[in-house]
Amino acid sequence: MGEKLKAFICTGCGIGEALDVEKLAKVATSEYKIPECVRHACLCGEEGRGLVAKALQQDGIDTAVLAACSPRVCTDAWPYDPTTRILERVNLREHVTWCHPAKDEDTQMLAEDYLRMGIVKAQKSEFLEPALEACSSAVPVVGGGPAGLTAALEAAAAGTEVVLVEKTERLGGFAAKVWRAYPTEEPFRDLQESDVFGQIKAVEANPRIRVHTAAQVAEIKGQPGQFDVTIAANGATEQTRVGAVVVATGWQPYDAAKLGHLGYGRCKNVITNVQLEEMAREGKLLRPADGKPPKKVVFIQCAGSRDQEHLPYCSAVCCRVSLKQALYVRELDPTATATIIYKDIRTPGEFELFYKRVQEDPGVFLTKGDVVEVKENADRTVTIVADNTLLGEKIEVTADLVVLATGMVPATFDNPTLNLAYRLGKELPTAPHGFTDSEFICFPYETQRTGIYAAGTVHQPMDTLTATDDAAGAAMKAIQCVDSVQRGAAVHPRAGDLSFPSFFLQRCTQCKRCTEECPFGTLDEDEKGTPKPNPNRCRRCGVCMGACPERIVSFKNYNVDMIASMIKAIEVPEEDEEKPRVVALMCENDAYPALDLAGLNRLTYDPMFRVIPVRCLGSVHLVWIADSLSKGIDGVMLIGCKFGDDYQCHFIKGSEIANKRLENLKETLTRLALESDRVKVVQLAITDYGKLPAILGEFADKIREVGPNPYKGL
Amino acid sequence: MTQHNAGPVTGSILVVGGGIAGLTAALEAAEAGHEVHLVEKNHYLGGRVAQLHRYFPKLCPPSCGLEINFKRIRQNPRIHCWTGAQVEKVDGPPGDLEVTVRVAPRYVNERCTACGDCVAVCPVERADDFNYGLSRTTAIYLPHAFAFPLRFAVDRGVCPGLECGRCLPACKVDAIELGMQPRSMKLKVGAVVYATGWQPYDAARLEGLGFGQAKNVITNVMMERLAAPGGPTAGKITRPSDGRPPQHVVFVQCAGSRDENHLAYCSAVCCLASLKQATYVREQVPDARVHMFYIDVRTPGRYEDFYTKVAADPNVTLSRGKVARVSELPGSGNLLVEAENTLTGELLRVETELVVLATGMQPTASAVAHDSLGFLRVDRAAGFGAAGCARRPADVAGSVQDATGAALRAIQTAGRPIHG
Repeated sequence: MGEKLKAFICTGCGIGEALDVEKLAKVATSEYKIPECVRHACLCGEEGRGLVAKALQQDGIDTAVLAACSPRVCTDAWPYDPTTRILERVNLREHVTWCHPAKDEDTQMLAEDYLRMGIVKAQKSEFLEPALEACSSAVPVVGGGPAGLTAALEAAAAGTEVVLVEKTERLGGFAAKVWRAYPTEEPFRDLQESDVFGQIKAVEANPRIRVHTAAQVAEIKGQPGQFDVTIAANGATEQTRVGAVVVATGWQPYDAAKLGHLGYGRCKNVITNVQLEEMAREGKLLRPADGKPPKKVVFIQCAGSRDQEHLPYCSAVCCRVSLKQALYVRELDPTATATIIYKDIRTPGEFELFYKRVQEDPGVFLTKGDVVEVKENADRTVTIVADNTLLGEKIEVTADLVVLATGMVPATFDNPTLNLAYRLGKELPTAPHGFTDSEFICFPYETQRTGIYAAGTVHQPMDTLTATDDAAGAAMKAIQCVDSVQRGAAVHPRAGDLSFPSFFLQRCTQCKRCTEECPFGTLDEDEKGTPKPNPNRCRRCGVCMGACPERIVSFKNYNVDMIASMIKAIEVPEEDEEKPRVVALMCENDAYPALDLAGLNRLTYDPMFRVIPVRCLGSVHLVWIADSLSKGIDGVMLIGCKFGDDYQCHFIKGSEIANKRLENLKETLTRLALESDRVKVVQLAITDYGKLPAILGEFADKIREVGPNPYKGL
Repeated sequence: MTQHNAGPVTGSILVVGGGIAGLTAALEAAEAGHEVHLVEKNHYLGGRVAQLHRYFPKLCPPSCGLEINFKRIRQNPRIHCWTGAQVEKVDGPPGDLEVTVRVAPRYVNERCTACGDCVAVCPVERADDFNYGLSRTTAIYLPHAFAFPLRFAVDRGVCPGLECGRCLPACKVDAIELGMQPRSMKLKVGAVVYATGWQPYDAARLEGLGFGQAKNVITNVMMERLAAPGGPTAGKITRPSDGRPPQHVVFVQCAGSRDENHLAYCSAVCCLASLKQATYVREQVPDARVHMFYIDVRTPGRYEDFYTKVAADPNVTLSRGKVARVSELPGSGNLLVEAENTLTGELLRVETELVVLATGMQPTASAVAHDSLGFLRVDRAAGFGAAGCARRPADVAGSVQDATGAALRAIQTAGRPIHG
């Protein structure tokens, strides 16, 4: 666009004092032939806002270039509709005048380059046309335990049609198999009936919830708003169109057969907490060896959990379950005692009060220790040896029933659950230990499959109360996802973004890089390997754009040509001027704000850098680096988020992909007799703004040391 | 001044508290098409997490996620943020509530560009509460580097007002209004989510643990600020007494928590917070040794991996024991920590250079229905929900999950908006 373009320069916040604004305005009016470049002392003030609004609404201007402060501030000062107008911000304040000396030749050159780049970007931008298609808002919930029941009820209460798919014959999951539940409210004293029975009744009575028991998801294909779910039950299949999916398939107990070292399978009177629950429901505890009631029950905590040989994680609920079961022992036979051997008692929050209440029982004993040996005696009693006790010595305890507090394994661990018809795999990607992904602390519902949200113990070990809250959250995300795709908008982290990638498939060479590198499994393929876009699965990071060697992927407001044109707009001084230039491609989520913070704190750095924000380093196309170097720009920096196990990239692996691509590029550079030192990837956290001047300075020194780009002036 | 908002009642919700739970509840509802009012008592959003250096277990900065959340707010016209604001009253039936909000004067209006010219002329100082009093700012101040909204405020508790007035001519955009008055406004909403958060338990009440007496006894929240690049020491962990990096640090767990004389419950995050802070010390001071006294190490679920990793550091020692006394040793500013093995009664004694009290979280006092420990109760019938640490002690991910669910429960009561 940019056919009817107007430029505005704000001279407030010190910009006017630091720059030769008239000379800067000439860049717009003379170089780019923009009819008018308005100068104003406070563009974000009432008068300034009015000028911009009038231009965009009354004067027939469709594109405004605002050279003022960072696009991260004053965002509501100049509202515009991205489907009919373009507004491009040029960051003169944080990135130029707040961090470079006033009335300085280099500062002026920097400002002029940024204005050029902003004008070119605006000219290369197009109005957004959101992808609007008919959507279903129905939500299938996979799994009928407390989390699944909650997700179904909560979604239905918000007006959503729900299809509940449960693998077994009946609803309720493990929660329906327990005798009693531990208390979840003050005064945290008495065991109570599980809430799950009330939930089952409510689900069965709810006209918005269709229940399939003894059923499984045979396939899910399509995209948010347009998923087709095939449900297999009783030998028949049924296909339903839905909008988003909640996965709440829960957990399974860790296989006790693997706990031979704790006596399971070797000693007759060693059982699991699941077996004890079944007995308690029958109303009596009996020793398997002789069917007699036990008098001394010992619970061994962390049976499998917190054990590098078994489950390295903590299963989060076993302490509370054993405390509860100790009360069963006492209630069913007041002359019996219960001893709990633990590593740490973990009763978070107010559950501490329940722990206290159990401690008050004179027949319940708690002993810290690591169980090192479990042996069966001739009379079928079991002797347990524990080390590292608080007494500093080994202790021996003999029991006539031993209960292993076995941990939880996500039900999805070895069972196909969703059967996604996705190029990148049938199930949700998992985090370590087999729980469904999200590795984001701030955004725990961000699975790598848009519109599919995990809840409850499939997500991480948790108690029932937490699982039900988690399920309400997952239902919220499902509803929100449908609402967003109905508006043609992206979901997190670019929530509300109306742009989406288009693929010029006539030029596709079926190299499959886009399908393989998309962190979200957005693209499927036909038999030949041509990508099949699913815009509603897309998170708009642009990793596919960075991946495509044919440059066929583009967004209306972000594309290879646009950034390449911005790079071309940079003025590169002659070699003898000794003014090197570096293009810095910076992640807009973290690195770019960090540079703003450097400005806010008036930190200064070398003026050779020309910063271009990118959606993610993964969207960086190598041709931008080639273009920069062939134009005589002396170096290129990519500054983005940390990658590796504790990645901070908002698009999972964008920065990691960029780093890999760069490694390959460096080899190419060396072949072209260009120093590979001219290109560098830096991992930066948003709080590292104080380190930025040094990081940039170090690269600036390196560029000066390497010397001018030999392509300069060619 | 009283204002009525003319926005649609149907579907709109009020979120009280702009910390991570409140931000999340507000954003999740707004991104599902609802009109949301977010009321925050501070002059900035982000709450307690904005004051943290890093999150466990990834050791990533909270500002990273907050930046995304602020971006979500900036681009979403359906969310209205009121900072420096508190709810005075909620009237009416669920689905049709009238809320009275009092907005405290910031003394700086929306014209502020955060240029900072005012700071250069302000002659008065105040203790910086964002840094828990570990540093000072001028009376006109930016709440912190990542503050959102990015705007200054005046602490009229110390500012002499018009009789000084030096900041007024310094401000080129007429943003300072030293005569600004509190105002009250009414909002019509369908449901309310209370996400009023927590405060650190007052360490001065922990008799015998030396806080307020020995200089080198600090709390875990202060440790976060000491380690943060934007904190009082620019991120250098140093002893308050002499500014030296500590070579030996003791963490005292359950400082107030799990103690019927203080907080009867477990605060759920302090074990992980101390393990995390142990990594701060170990990263900054190469030979430093860290000793943590605990009752139980509580690192549920996958957090166990983090515990395993930190505990594998040979310079990190974990001992079970309840710390009974921390006393200052004459001269060095060092501290003697005495912990008791609760089973044998044996006393462990350790000399250290810095003591960090893992003080627990106390729910912010509230007029809303709560249990005897102060945690809010959900009252769905009244259209009131609760989320985050106001409801139960929780980590960040747990608070976010809880808040996302609370958003759904709120929009059920408020009613789904009808798409035009």
